[in-house]
Amino acid sequence: MRARDTDWEGVRLHVVTGKGGTGKTTVAAALALALAYDGRKVLLIEVEGRQGLARLFDCPPLPYAERKIGIGPGKEGRAGGDLYALAVDPEGALLDYLEMFYGIRHAGQALTRLGLVDFATTIAPGLSDVLRTGKATEATRRKAGGREVYDAVVMDAPPTGRIGRFLNVSVEVSGLARVGPVRTHADTVARVIRSPQTAVHFVTTLEEMPVQETLDGLTELRELGGIQLGGIFINMVRPDGVAEADLEAAAAGRADEAEIALGLKAAGLADSQVLAAELAVELAEHARHVALQERERRELAAAGQPRYELPAIADGIDLGGLYRLAEVLREQGAA
Amino acid sequence: MNPSPTPPRLDTDALIDDRRTRIIVCCGSGGVGKTTAAAAIGLRAAQRGRHVVVLTVDPARRLAQAMGLSYLDNIPRPVDADFASGGSLHAMMLDMKRTFDEIVEAHADPDRAAQILANPFYQSLSSSFSGTQEYMAMEKLGQLHRTHEWDLIVVDTPPSRSALDFLDAPQRLGRFLDGRLIRLLTAPASPRRAYMKVLNAGFSIVTGTLTKVLGAQVLKDMQTFVTAFDTLFGGFRERAESTYRLLQTPGTAFIVVAAPEPDALREASYFVERLAGERMPLAGLILNRVHVPAAPRLSAARSIAAAETLENNHEMPNGAVEPAEPPRYALAAGVLRLHAERMQLAARERRVAEHFTAAHPTVPVVAVAAQPEDVHDLEGLRAIGLSLASRPVHG
Repeated sequence: MRARDTDWEGVRLHVVTGKGGTGKTTVAAALALALAYDGRKVLLIEVEGRQGLARLFDCPPLPYAERKIGIGPGKEGRAGGDLYALAVDPEGALLDYLEMFYGIRHAGQALTRLGLVDFATTIAPGLSDVLRTGKATEATRRKAGGREVYDAVVMDAPPTGRIGRFLNVSVEVSGLARVGPVRTHADTVARVIRSPQTAVHFVTTLEEMPVQETLDGLTELRELGGIQLGGIFINMVRPDGVAEADLEAAAAGRADEAEIALGLKAAGLADSQVLAAELAVELAEHARHVALQERERRELAAAGQPRYELPAIADGIDLGGLYRLAEVLREQGAA
Repeated sequence: MNPSPTPPRLDTDALIDDRRTRIIVCCGSGGVGKTTAAAAIGLRAAQRGRHVVVLTVDPARRLAQAMGLSYLDNIPRPVDADFASGGSLHAMMLDMKRTFDEIVEAHADPDRAAQILANPFYQSLSSSFSGTQEYMAMEKLGQLHRTHEWDLIVVDTPPSRSALDFLDAPQRLGRFLDGRLIRLLTAPASPRRAYMKVLNAGFSIVTGTLTKVLGAQVLKDMQTFVTAFDTLFGGFRERAESTYRLLQTPGTAFIVVAAPEPDALREASYFVERLAGERMPLAGLILNRVHVPAAPRLSAARSIAAAETLENNHEMPNGAVEPAEPPRYALAAGVLRLHAERMQLAARERRVAEHFTAAHPTVPVVAVAAQPEDVHDLEGLRAIGLSLASRPVHG
């Protein structure tokens, strides 16, 4: 079997963002599964305290600890890999940070009781962001026995509207801390985020608002500079078996009702004339939707990033659906 | 088995026709069409004679354009439409930094205001996305209400990670202000007795840790900020609390917006429970972007079976397919497959909606059909307002 080339060779921290409602968490999980092949060890991190991963993987709420949540798909006699998950909250990340760098967990707990965490999220959200991104970059860099502990880390990041600020930690924090340990920490985080090891992926659907936000988000990150733009993951794509000419006619309000009626009659359906008229309405709506999607697809293509298309899973996402999406991502070279 | 429960219908027209309704808050998770729903409700209310301002936090340019405005900013702009009813519509978008700056300038003397505006902590606080946006949305809502210029304010809530953050803003501010940390930080500038009290709470250990973790400069900036801001805090809290109480009055109506998907409805469920817990008046749920089949009598199963019949007929007339012939009935087969998919989607949407209603049987619901395209103009917004007011789309 040939060695696989993926589009993101060398990337170890995959940051996944997207507009709310586009399936960002699902795509992050599918990408993590896809990366967990051949004995590779992958960590999937959520940072928004929603426990979306626990729901997706149908397990109890995740604690602030890295735990195994599944195994990647094995294939053609080759083993899968191990998928770990972690839910980061600012409080846990703060205690972690204190322990890791200062060995003062107890003082940290005292600070938590005093409301430092509230303080961080109220007065200086930049601090809470740096703690969360800090955890992801720490896991990315972590080594044991001379080699990296995780082959890849996938972060289910905040939505597109917040991503620039979230990732631009160094600048956000530098306004607050010109020197000092937090600044040093932020600079380390920023170095990892702006290294070729990190890529920021965008999840979108083929609708106007999510596409616009994706394009705006790409522009924003480009302007920040130094951040590697990743792929555009087009989610919930619905294929159909209708010929292009028929779609065009239907979009223009000229669906061939007589032809449909003939088919319905041949299939043994009663009342074929009325039914054909009703189905023609559905076809026309679908055709207008497809035309809109084509426009959005062209806009995304103009952005110049690699694109992947994920099918809509008809009965809602379950574990089986996730594996299917992971497979699709691997086939298209995303992992 | 019991038949699935039918929720009461949310009558948005009755809500906006009731002159006692002064504030409508549209809330829900991101990406469910909350902002569009808020704009559609505002427009419909103006059509029905109300003087309306729509306050949005969503910087969607398309929505501004849909209302005939080139952009939205922190000042209510009149929407140019002919309201035969004598109503009017203004729209604005929350600029949280400007709103915050204005409050500082209005409530502090010029020297202190300048000092606050230049502090790095203030700059981070006033321009960052999370948290501040909620406070400022509350502030702006309170401001608009106090002007008495409009008899209906329609507001959509910030795209928070969870829709609940909006309600937490005043309490979080209160908790923060009452917190020992604030007293700790302001202690060095306070009289000696207060200082001694804090000392008992382990002052030196804590400031020692803070200095170690954050650095002395950060701590100093924090202290300067908190001290300078101290006099403003009281007013902030007072206004946040009065807006919070305003939201509990019967003149306010919360409308939860959700798409018929498990995640959005789970969030909607939380919100409904939370509103009840806070004694905030819930008007109902807008179930947005529902897919409605045009041929509901033809089931998914029969549709698929019919499509298969057609596809098989074409492929196996004794194994011989005439190559030049275009596949017969391909269009009908494709349309039948589309229909089956739509029926399955509709069934799934109905199931998640029924779960919601089973948990909240008294919450009124109105469904809005999915539009093939996004809203581009007032006509599109009007159509949504109309579908909010018309007969149920499901059954």
